[in-house]
Amino acid sequence: MTDSLVACPECDALHERRELAPGTKARCVRCGAVLYRRSYLELDHQLALVTTAILIYLIANSFPIVDLEIQGRSNSTTLVGSVLALWREGREIVAVLVFATTQLFPLVDLGALFALLLMIRRGRPALAFAPVLRFLQALRPWGMIEVFMLGIVVALVKLSNMAEVVPGIALWAFGLLTILLAVILSLDLRSLWRAGESVIVRPRRRFPPRQSAHP
Amino acid sequence: MSAAPTTPSSESRVTTAAQAGLVACPHCHLVCRDTARDGHGKGRARCPRCAGRLHPRKVDSLSRTWALLIAAAILYIPANAFPVMQTSTLLSTQSDTILSGILYFWNTGSPELAVLIFTVSILVPLLKLATLSTLAVSIKRGARARADQRARLYRIIEFVGRWSMLDVFVVALMVGLVHFQGLAVIQAGPGAAAFGAVVVLTMLAAHSFDPRMIWDRAHRPRRGRPSKKRLAFGTRHG
Ligand SMILES: [Zn+2]
Ligand SMILES: [Zn+2]
Repeated sequence: MTDSLVACPECDALHERRELAPGTKARCVRCGAVLYRRSYLELDHQLALVTTAILIYLIANSFPIVDLEIQGRSNSTTLVGSVLALWREGREIVAVLVFATTQLFPLVDLGALFALLLMIRRGRPALAFAPVLRFLQALRPWGMIEVFMLGIVVALVKLSNMAEVVPGIALWAFGLLTILLAVILSLDLRSLWRAGESVIVRPRRRFPPRQSAHP
Repeated sequence: MSAAPTTPSSESRVTTAAQAGLVACPHCHLVCRDTARDGHGKGRARCPRCAGRLHPRKVDSLSRTWALLIAAAILYIPANAFPVMQTSTLLSTQSDTILSGILYFWNTGSPELAVLIFTVSILVPLLKLATLSTLAVSIKRGARARADQRARLYRIIEFVGRWSMLDVFVVALMVGLVHFQGLAVIQAGPGAAAFGAVVVLTMLAAHSFDPRMIWDRAHRPRRGRPSKKRLAFGTRHG
């Protein structure tokens, strides 16, 4: 086992690890896949960014996205309101799908990332580090805030034909959250394994090391 | 006719982890010795850093990919045939399938939105099904040619797949916003769940597919030509 080698995740080609300048990434010589990258942001800046994103997330989910007016009657909805409306009318699958991809997973993603960065910052061995990071890697593809943001735009264009549409606070919050998340998602989870090297509690070896098996 | 291997110049100086008797941990990406193959320890070894099980390639990659693709292809039919949205006004009730929703945008002066939704809702799922099946077939048949192009195709569909969820979100928002009792009410149709399931299944299928298989065959030395195994490393920076 060696930390100086990197295997390409898409073609298995071996590469020697080199230190990168901030804001650059290393690509596979054979298939061009990104092997690892280094962020412009230091650990403390990343923590600040994630904290901000969690706050904006809370705002985006507590206020109405838009206010709709038809013939003097107005109606507004939060994201939770939409999910509940779907659930009430018996579309449970769609409700769960929307809730998970736009609310639950993005929040858990941010929370897990916050916890991991905090563990690295404290620098003390943390049993939870490896399981949480593995969980975060599995969860990440299923958060879809940016797709949802585009969905808001499409829905607004559609509705503007039949009603008066007044943007709410959450609309701007979602826009901001989309931008923040784009930066946060570009932080390389693979590099967290190396950044957290000193806090990972390594498992006990279950098999003899190679040297003793081949005298 | 022998298939001409389209080998880039870098191909000859690449060694894979598998060839070197190493395996990249699927969880933390640490390159470890493939102890299962050395004959130490029964079954799969565990990663010394994160304790995850080590697999040189994704387990049952092709059969899982096929199962998910077939399920997605079957659900693609109700997803497009059933309405995803029902609009009830005082005068009428209108059901919209994905296609009629696209036509609505086309006819009401938003052709760019029509093109966008057509791309993510109809084109992308179809291309995903077609591409993944083609890739799976090419692996099964041991194709060597154009590995770099096949790898690029895979990367593209892995990237764009999530955007297909757009229509589901649009429907959810419309349902949440438009419920003016007695005036206009929008409800989700049975097609919405089927469509969401298609997106999830095709995403799972892309995750189950192991792109390293594309290169495994491409890289296998051809008969009568001894392979030169040299460890020469390098990374392209950009
Ligand atoms: Zn590669
Ligand atoms: Zn590992």
